[in-house]
Amino acid sequence: MSEFFTVSVLVLTFASGMRFATPYLLAALGETIGQRSGVLNLGVDGVMLLSAFFAYWTVLESGSRVLGIVAGLAVGLLMGVVYAIVTLVFKAEQGISGIGIYLFGLGMSELLFLGQVGIPRGIRSFDEWRIPLLGDIPHVGDIFFNHSILIYLAILLVPLLTWMVNRTTLGLNIRAVGESPEAADSLGVSVVRTRMIAILIGNSLAGLAGAALTIQLGTYQNNLTNGIGFIAVALVYFGAWRPIGVLAGSLLYGLITATVTQWKTLGIVTGAAASFTTMAPAVLTVIALAIIARRSADQPAALTVPFSRDG
Amino acid sequence: MKKSMLYLVALFAAFGLVAASCGDDGGGSSLVERDCAQGLDETGIRVAIVAPSAENDLAFTQSIVDAVDCLSGVADVAITPGTFVVEDAGVALRQYAVDGFDLVIGHGSQYGSLIQEIAPDFPSTAFAWGTAVDTFGIPNVSAYTVASDQGGYVLGRMAAELGTSVGIVGPIEVGDAKLYVDAFKLGAEAGGAEVAVSYIESFSDVQAASETATGFVNNGADVLTGTAQMTVGAITVAANEDVLWFGTQSDQTSAAADGVVAANQVYRWEVALQQLVDDISDGNLGGKSYEINLQNGGLGIEYGNWEVPSNITDLVDSTADAVIAGEVVTRVG
Repeated sequence: MSEFFTVSVLVLTFASGMRFATPYLLAALGETIGQRSGVLNLGVDGVMLLSAFFAYWTVLESGSRVLGIVAGLAVGLLMGVVYAIVTLVFKAEQGISGIGIYLFGLGMSELLFLGQVGIPRGIRSFDEWRIPLLGDIPHVGDIFFNHSILIYLAILLVPLLTWMVNRTTLGLNIRAVGESPEAADSLGVSVVRTRMIAILIGNSLAGLAGAALTIQLGTYQNNLTNGIGFIAVALVYFGAWRPIGVLAGSLLYGLITATVTQWKTLGIVTGAAASFTTMAPAVLTVIALAIIARRSADQPAALTVPFSRDG
Repeated sequence: MKKSMLYLVALFAAFGLVAASCGDDGGGSSLVERDCAQGLDETGIRVAIVAPSAENDLAFTQSIVDAVDCLSGVADVAITPGTFVVEDAGVALRQYAVDGFDLVIGHGSQYGSLIQEIAPDFPSTAFAWGTAVDTFGIPNVSAYTVASDQGGYVLGRMAAELGTSVGIVGPIEVGDAKLYVDAFKLGAEAGGAEVAVSYIESFSDVQAASETATGFVNNGADVLTGTAQMTVGAITVAANEDVLWFGTQSDQTSAAADGVVAANQVYRWEVALQQLVDDISDGNLGGKSYEINLQNGGLGIEYGNWEVPSNITDLVDSTADAVIAGEVVTRVG
């Protein structure tokens, strides 16, 4: 264990945790916005998969990582339109609709990958960018300020979305339709339009999460997300529907995962113990959720409840 | 409402069109091709395969998909990939038997109980599963396995000549993956290299494979290897960090840039499957276990896109000969 508690290994582990956390954070931030408006989306993983494929394919064909990001966002947006129509217009049960979106994304991404790419080939990742001055701070600089642009973008979205939710008219409307859509409607707020915007923001961020994942890894494989989207939904509850809480949860999850990974690469845990430690992030998340369940008052009151002016 | 429904149908139709157009792109699909394509024989038997991951996974499933092209005496081949869920595989296996396929293969050791349950219901259909050796005493069940430790040892020995510290990214500590990992470690240690092994407890977690490989490199590894479909993440790390990669199951050279993949252990399941097909054609529906190994050519060492010096290829040849002759121990325990 002593080899783990060296400065260099700890710095590498924390930096790895930041990388692990990024797709979780992006997806969970998007889901936070959707849930604050009262819409649960269990299809995040499917949106991520489809977006990841299109981002990967775009980078593979064009060589442009920026275009790949744009493609991921665009596919997320498109899937958001589909989900909005299903849940807001048809008022379909949100949990089941989300599972449908997930299965669609899973199957379609596999079909497209098989037909269009065939076998996994590498793409260029974003290079790490050391932020001037901050990146030169011993150890801290390596942990927080020497990453790809995607990680900085994910972190920057936290204050941006916090401000949007708490300080803008759109944010106020999103919270209002998530708590009491009838009251919001009586005050002239368009519940459908507001929820539509929230869904589009949420799915776009899920798309960005998928794009970030594939570009950060520099490759693609079927079912690339491996359930990240579902963990992201859990992290929204962990974070009590607040971007800063979601950030904390994502970083915690990423750090635990990175620590377990590092322990195994160093041979600190092996055999059955390694298998048990692999479960640690999920187990800790469940424990945290159980504790946080006492804060259920924070949950948007109208979450999963379709709105109909007719009652 | 009708207008909205129209929009929704249009959106899904657009996705469908994209998928369909993509599927027609013959140039895009580039599964590893063997030069042994036999073509279909109308008088042959009908073969169906159910496999756990995608047919282009560069690993376990692709190895069997590549193999069926090399079989002679086969009239028809049907493949259902992506059956991670065992119950789904059970439905597919049973349906193939109902549809009259002569040989139904469950390509995954997790399918054993399904084969054991389904095979007695279709006594005139031959079933096979692998990697395994147990035929359950059922007359129409065969098993096939791979001595992945043999190539693993050879590659490990080769790795020790090219580097000093090896990182191995394993999936779950079972089956041919464990055989390969253990033997690679033995071979590398026999050559004097330090070896670290990490099982990520998943066959599909590309992110974990990537971070594990990154951890190994940060800890000083100058050679990486791994097995199963999630290793594409580790291969990318090898390419980015300019570290040599050793592949297994399928030829993984195409997944990395030039100068990264030193060698691959390639499964040539056709060696076992051809014996199986011939036996079935002769009226023997099961009861036997087949193995691919270095000796029967079912395992092959194929060099990748890194230029291997002749003294290393000589070492590989001599090590392989020693393994075949049983002069070295390639299995643990």
